Amino acid sequence: MGVSDSYERGREFLIEDPIRAALVIVFVVLALDLVRQLAVGQTQFSEFGVLLKDGLMRGLFFGLAGIGLSMTYSILNFANFAHGDLITGGAFGGVAATYVIAGGFGTEAALGSLLLVGAGGSVFGAALGIGVATSPLAVLAGVVVAAVASIALALIIDRFVYKPIRDRSGITLLITSIGVAFALRYLIVFVFGPGRRGVTDPSGIPSVAVPVIDGTVNVDLHEVSLLVVAVVLMLGLHFLLQRTRLGKAMRAMADNEDLARITGIPTERVVRFTWIIGAGLAGVAGYMFVLWNETLHWFQFWSLLLPVFAAVILGGIGSVYGAIAGGLVIGFVMSLSVVWIPGGLSRAAAFLIMIAVLLVRPEGIFAGRSTA
Amino acid sequence: MSGAEQSADDRGTLAAVWEQDAVKLTALVSGLFAAYVVGGLLLSYGLRQQLNELAQLSFFIAVFAMLALALNLHWGYTGLFNIGVIGFMGIGIYTTAILSKGATLTEPAAGTTGGFGLPLWIGIIGGVVAAGLFGGLVALPALRLRADYFAIVTVGLSEVVRFTLLEQSLQQGQVLGYWVGLGGGSGLLLDFDPVDRLLGAFGLLESYTRFSERTGEAIGIGSNPKPVFDGILYGLVLLVFLVGFYVLLTRVGSSPYGRVLKAIREDEDATKALGKDTDRFKIKAFVIGCALMGLGGILLYASQGAITPNAFRPRITFFVWIALIIGGAGSNTGSVMGGAIFAAVLYQGPIFFSNVIEGSFEIDAVNTFAQAVGPLAAADPVPLLAYTVDNIGQLRFVIMGLVLIYLMHNRPEGILGHRKETASTIPLGRRRAKTGGSPPATDGGEENRGVDGE
Repeated sequence: MGVSDSYERGREFLIEDPIRAALVIVFVVLALDLVRQLAVGQTQFSEFGVLLKDGLMRGLFFGLAGIGLSMTYSILNFANFAHGDLITGGAFGGVAATYVIAGGFGTEAALGSLLLVGAGGSVFGAALGIGVATSPLAVLAGVVVAAVASIALALIIDRFVYKPIRDRSGITLLITSIGVAFALRYLIVFVFGPGRRGVTDPSGIPSVAVPVIDGTVNVDLHEVSLLVVAVVLMLGLHFLLQRTRLGKAMRAMADNEDLARITGIPTERVVRFTWIIGAGLAGVAGYMFVLWNETLHWFQFWSLLLPVFAAVILGGIGSVYGAIAGGLVIGFVMSLSVVWIPGGLSRAAAFLIMIAVLLVRPEGIFAGRSTA
Repeated sequence: MSGAEQSADDRGTLAAVWEQDAVKLTALVSGLFAAYVVGGLLLSYGLRQQLNELAQLSFFIAVFAMLALALNLHWGYTGLFNIGVIGFMGIGIYTTAILSKGATLTEPAAGTTGGFGLPLWIGIIGGVVAAGLFGGLVALPALRLRADYFAIVTVGLSEVVRFTLLEQSLQQGQVLGYWVGLGGGSGLLLDFDPVDRLLGAFGLLESYTRFSERTGEAIGIGSNPKPVFDGILYGLVLLVFLVGFYVLLTRVGSSPYGRVLKAIREDEDATKALGKDTDRFKIKAFVIGCALMGLGGILLYASQGAITPNAFRPRITFFVWIALIIGGAGSNTGSVMGGAIFAAVLYQGPIFFSNVIEGSFEIDAVNTFAQAVGPLAAADPVPLLAYTVDNIGQLRFVIMGLVLIYLMHNRPEGILGHRKETASTIPLGRRRAKTGGSPPATDGGEENRGVDGE
């Protein structure tokens, strides 16, 4: 095809969908400006590398946490506003397990303080030497407990809260999930206290300085762990969805629930596995994020819920692969936006993109491909 | 329910039903006040503390009732799922603050940004208009979205508002020679006292001050009695505003315009098919509701002396939602009742209750949950109870969440039962009723689709 062809198509696109065309133009302008900034040295390559790395870390978390949100949104048909607090609950459970094991089951500090993740400043992660390198067993146990705790929480909540009103409208379930979020979040404060705690030993994290054109970018073991865990889990999920009967059933149910039921798919069982997979992934994601972030507090994942929503909406509700891709996009937007706007507004930028996608293309950027 | 048959009869019965509502409302509010007075007596509060407590109670009842009424226009009447209430409140009070703070023409010290020094009433009007305009800005593109997407857009925007208020680069700057700004993370000091301004406008401030000092001395509430009277007066002013909200929204609801809104809630396509431009109706309703939310925000924060961005978290939006759902969406009387119950029982109640307990028993609470639970092994529940009472401030939010879940499970129509006003002008009950010209039943409707089953 010739130049005039693509010119013609571009013109049609511009006329048919001016808002989307404007978004594309904004994106291209920003990309060109980024190249210019890098070329003239206004932004250093190494600075940019750090931003890119942070964006990747956040994006992996958003993607992994978003899978569960996306699955419940499409299979149970409601926006779960308690998803963030579910992650917080799982993370507290996981970090508590890490504390208990790293603290020698009460030999280094009172067992109560360890179980409560050092509530009230009674014991600190740095004192216990917590880190992937320094206490690998404790961290491994923490990952498992975080997943188990999130799954248990999700199943209990589903059994007593969502299951009795399964047949009601999505709005009813949404409002109910706001109630769940409230109860869960403040129960966590009630038990673990309102303090923000550092949960790792920053001096015990090995890192390497990767040389970039005009400087270096530090990559530490916790970042590599987050990356490895996220990629392994995503691949595992891909295998599960594509190769197993359960995966096929889940995809069928996301596509058309009535049809799935008619073909004899046990929908309640699929719903249960939806919660298990979604909450398990979210719990692990939350725990790894806490390790990377080095801090833990009671509304940490509530305040990250909206970016996760943004990721899910961007990728198209119901699409697992979309959630992963959307998560990466939102992660990069949040960290790269500081190149152009003040850092305080980076989350605002992510939300505005989410709103723009909802307005322009509510089916997501990978429309028409609901994979699970 | 029972109203369905009654309201069909004639105007007289309708008036009786309405009177019942007013009676119920008065009984509810006086019951709540009485409970607080009794609690105060248990605590052997002095008169000053009693008066302060009651002033605060009426303040919160009025504020939450007003906000629930405004939200009812969105959700109860029009079916717009707005969970960004706090954003509109924030825009309202911030605009008022910037317009009405004292003018500063030289560069101020850090953290003391000024305003344009306009009279407070202009600031309030400005705040209401700004909230309404922002509502229009949101509504224009967002109204065609599905309810749950609309919810995510509104809550996202309310957070964008908060991030903007927090932003350092907007902290202060020079506009038309005035030093103004959003104050960043440290927020804005409100150097106007709404009560003083109100009295000053009528030239009553001096006589009021004298009156409060004399009366304060006469009834013995100690030195500096003016803040006590200020609180009571502000509570009363808010109750007047609440009546204004109620009358306005009830008139809107029963007007032909309000019937179209309810019709949109029931079935937007059918309303469109009847030739109504539903988008315009929805935008108007959204803008009016947002403006009222702005006013609610102004009234809530104007007397606080200072505002900081982090007070404007989505939490308050959900408070208003809980209030609305308690009372039952779709009914103005229900909204007011929900606001009153939420403020008195769920919001202020637990803290007041824990004060009563702490005042009555010698309590020495432990610091952490572990220390509280540990003694349970030795069958000693006292530390856990003490910890619970001590941390009631957090536990009340757990209770709110559980109440919301309970309501959605068992009484999604609100504690008063089916009170949703229907779109129809005529009662949808039995057909033998006379139909001419009776206003819409205050509680005559069945739920949405129940109508078909008649």
